[in-house]
Amino acid sequence: MNSFIPKSIAALTGFAMILGLALPVSAVELVVVSWGGAYTASQQKAYHDPYMKMNPGVKIINDDSAGDGVAKLRAMDQAGNVTWDLLDAVAADAMRLCDEGLVEVISHDLLLPPAPDGTPASEDFGDLIVSECFIPQIVYSTTFGYRKDLVSKPMTSVCDVFDLKTFPGKRSLQKRPIDNMEWALMCDGVDPSNVYDVLSTDAGIKQAFAKLDTIKDQVIWWTAGAQTPQLLADGEVVVGSTYNGRLFSMIAEDNQPVAMLWDWQVFDLDGWVIPKGSKNKHEVLKFVQFATDTQRLADQAKYISYGPARNSSAPLVGKHATLGIDMAPHMPTDPNNSKNTLLQNYNWWADNRDDLDTKFNAWLAQ
Amino acid sequence: MEQLLTADGIPLKVSLKKAYRREKLSAFLLVAPLLLFIVVTFLIPIVDMLMLSVDNSIVPEILPRTTKNIQTWDPHSGELPGEEIFEAFVKDLKEAKKNRTHTRVGQRLNYESSGLSSLFRSSGRKIKRIRRAPFKAALIKIDKRWGELKTWQILHQFSTSYTPAYYFAATDTKLKSSGEFIILPDEERIYSKLFLRTMLMSALITGLTLLIGFPVAYLLAILPTKIGNLLIILVLLPFWTSLLVRTCSWIALLQQHGVINDTLVSLGLLGEDERIAMIHNATGTVIAMTHILLPFMILPLYSVMKTIPKSFVRAAVSLGAHPWEAFWKVYFPNTVAGIGAGSILVFILSIGYYITPELVGGNTGTFISNRIAYSISISLNWGLAAALGVILLGIVIAFYILYDRIVGIDKMRLG
Repeated sequence: MNSFIPKSIAALTGFAMILGLALPVSAVELVVVSWGGAYTASQQKAYHDPYMKMNPGVKIINDDSAGDGVAKLRAMDQAGNVTWDLLDAVAADAMRLCDEGLVEVISHDLLLPPAPDGTPASEDFGDLIVSECFIPQIVYSTTFGYRKDLVSKPMTSVCDVFDLKTFPGKRSLQKRPIDNMEWALMCDGVDPSNVYDVLSTDAGIKQAFAKLDTIKDQVIWWTAGAQTPQLLADGEVVVGSTYNGRLFSMIAEDNQPVAMLWDWQVFDLDGWVIPKGSKNKHEVLKFVQFATDTQRLADQAKYISYGPARNSSAPLVGKHATLGIDMAPHMPTDPNNSKNTLLQNYNWWADNRDDLDTKFNAWLAQ
Repeated sequence: MEQLLTADGIPLKVSLKKAYRREKLSAFLLVAPLLLFIVVTFLIPIVDMLMLSVDNSIVPEILPRTTKNIQTWDPHSGELPGEEIFEAFVKDLKEAKKNRTHTRVGQRLNYESSGLSSLFRSSGRKIKRIRRAPFKAALIKIDKRWGELKTWQILHQFSTSYTPAYYFAATDTKLKSSGEFIILPDEERIYSKLFLRTMLMSALITGLTLLIGFPVAYLLAILPTKIGNLLIILVLLPFWTSLLVRTCSWIALLQQHGVINDTLVSLGLLGEDERIAMIHNATGTVIAMTHILLPFMILPLYSVMKTIPKSFVRAAVSLGAHPWEAFWKVYFPNTVAGIGAGSILVFILSIGYYITPELVGGNTGTFISNRIAYSISISLNWGLAAALGVILLGIVIAFYILYDRIVGIDKMRLG
């Protein structure tokens, strides 16, 4: 024991010295908050690694807490100590953070590089800039996957989810009114272009719930994106909604007997917001400039099947980095997959989310 | 009566008081660090939560002129506020737009009436256009909702720095802007139902842990020390295992294609389409939580039973009591302190349980804490979350007082 202690102290001192040498004092550390898992890995390979190679003075640190990023950022702001430099957020949350004044307003054309053909950034991203604080990155969709071996014939329409006669068995749906209310109304005969008008009335809300009532006792409600793939793999459900990238990994990487039902997939956006009070604003702006240019957005699609947000990136989407398969047919934005699509009405949901959410949960509890 | 004096002539009372005071002070200084710790980490957050549940200062701070002027308007008059209130509002909104705070007020008021969030956002975008009077007509031209009585009634109702509105929301009631107090219709009630469910299921879980834990603790207490210690490790081992691991193993066991259903089906006891739904519902929450909280019942029971001399029951039997009677009339009353401690521990722990109901509760097995977490991290309605938290705290304190009245808290023994 006696001889152990001095030795361990010596070892610790040595270790500390090595650490001290390994970390250059001048390095800028950028804390980038994202979703973790395969998604952060795709960002690491497409954005972080090349950027750090080009800028040896910058170190990018991943934080996987984007799942409750909105709440955490608000808490940090109230405590007056924002430790994040960049946050990955879905469009609806980016809007809310912008409304609350927690993230920086961006002038897209001044900050972001134009497309290779000179189209300004704001046109290249187009309608996807849903908030003045939001820098779009990917288009993803919430859509259905079904077990090919557990259904009598292939599912082709989103309304098949509501058809318990032809496709008996449990279904998994996300535990929130968004998407589910729209699908319910469309399958109850409402014209897709009128969905939000109908949902704005009490009768419309009742109609949507009545449609959902027809399958309520056959639904398992999920809260995390990984749940539906697990439920499908276990055979707990025959069909379930989740993010298209999750289904892609099931089908292409794990070779599960699952097929995509792209019909009326709901498009959603994910992108960057810059927290107010970031201590490295200058550095983070340079990183965002690099990470959202045409080539880098197309690069990300090599690792995960989410569509790049710039129009100019689409032709550059190539093959999967390890599987070598063409990624374009797996993109939610591919013409074959996007015959019927719905873009979430962010403004409408920003107004009605709290109200409908309470009603939805009351309906669930009945 | 003659006054008692100490040797140096000071009255005994004074001298004693002095000595005690010194003792008290040193005792206080000893506990001071702990006291400070409790105040900082426990009392201040609770007071903060109490304040948050009634705080409405955001509205008067961002719209100072409007909230001051609108007091002169009678919301039940059936007429829109006067031009001067509209003028104050246009000034406030212009300033708020400059500070980018107009959307925050919109968010706050949207909790009370859906649609105000977009009304503030879009009006903020267009407010520069209004340069001169008449402000009323100009504002209504920007958005016709400014011409609706309801919008102004909401502004009038929420113009004060404090509001009970979050408590109304947390109890499924509402004070309408017209002044009418209503209880929400049954299909829109959620929080009152969840509070009731949380308490009923917690009581059920407490009962089940007692039913299972009592014989186990009894066995542990009467076995020879060597075997008893070995068995107690079997109680402690799951106790030391992560809560998440235990919850997830229940999912693997209980799901439709899980171990139990698969076994029953392969034995032919169940048909392929008769698999029992034991998880993602109330049953799943009760099973998993009973297992997880069981050690909190067994350990206090065990420590109390360990102290009951074996000679008690032996004496009763040798005096002619039936073994059951000896157990019921002699042994059992001695364990009441342990039952009380175990029950209140399990009940209070389960009332605030969050992870297990979230993972295995489905629709019918989630607790009020899951809605609190939702309000904190998803819907960002922290005022509502605080109000729900205060009510939950109130319920726990009420049960504690009830327990003290019926059983007596001094009788509780944890070991």
